[in-house]
Amino acid sequence: MTQYQAKIYVTLRPSVLDPAGTAVETGLQHLGHDGIEGVRIGKYVELKLAAENEDAAKQKLDQVCDQLLANPVIENYRFELAAA
Amino acid sequence: MKFGIIVFPGSNCDRDMQWVAQGILKQPTRMVWHEDSDLSDIDIVVVPGGFSYGDYLRCGAIARFSPAMKSTVEHAKAGKPVLGICNGFQILTEAGLLPGALVRNANLHFVCDRVPLTVERNNLIWTKNYKPGQTITIPVAHGEGRYHADADQLKRLEDNNQVVFRYGSHDGATANPNGSCNDIAGICNEQGNVMGMMPHPERASDAVTGSTDGLALFEGLVKTLVAA
Repeated sequence: MTQYQAKIYVTLRPSVLDPAGTAVETGLQHLGHDGIEGVRIGKYVELKLAAENEDAAKQKLDQVCDQLLANPVIENYRFELAAA
Repeated sequence: MKFGIIVFPGSNCDRDMQWVAQGILKQPTRMVWHEDSDLSDIDIVVVPGGFSYGDYLRCGAIARFSPAMKSTVEHAKAGKPVLGICNGFQILTEAGLLPGALVRNANLHFVCDRVPLTVERNNLIWTKNYKPGQTITIPVAHGEGRYHADADQLKRLEDNNQVVFRYGSHDGATANPNGSCNDIAGICNEQGNVMGMMPHPERASDAVTGSTDGLALFEGLVKTLVAA
């Protein structure tokens, strides 16, 4: 078994309105930062996992994300994996 | 008709619901702790409002894995009645018993108000005591109650008449408090035995709360099930 460190990014699907992102974008504009657009707020999760190899670790992460960390109705996810 | 009210750490409308079931309707009622998986004595499962497990990760995301929810899913699959109110609605969508999801209100406000709802259909165990198109006023209290589903799913909901309650009234008053798709306030599954709604009918059942528009839902439910 190898120990892996995963960094998981959960983001709202592009079709889902993100009012919090819009509020932050407006705040940035009020601060005078021009040229900023498309602010979207997501979640970042770190975790460690043990797996036989990288493929098994990826498979496990897909399960974890599909079952709990992301709601596929409204969210997408991606992750980065490195041997810990 | 025996009510079972699921109690999670963070539930806060469970006792309001208990008062309606036991205090007003005089029905046997059991509070079901989330770790309890035996629902065999229960006719109607209510998943109440609140902030189950602190609403960590997403509203309802953790609650759906509790033993009581696993049994609730079986109860629903057996065709028996399951009602999710507010956080309960969020939990039922997370559990896959109802389609779609509930996300942050479009205006970012936590809305705490009384809103008009249109009853879209009364051929359900839940709405027998209402008239189709009737407007009722029910309290809402949520920060993440904006119903979201993709265009295909929304079409399926509308085609199957699964929208039970819509914000606003037919006389033109729009009162969508959260930006829900198609003004959706409550939906049912295809079979109609599972319903979820963001508004709180249990908070409009005792005259002391200023409205009894929600009581008809529970009275109609009990009457229909007793007759069946």
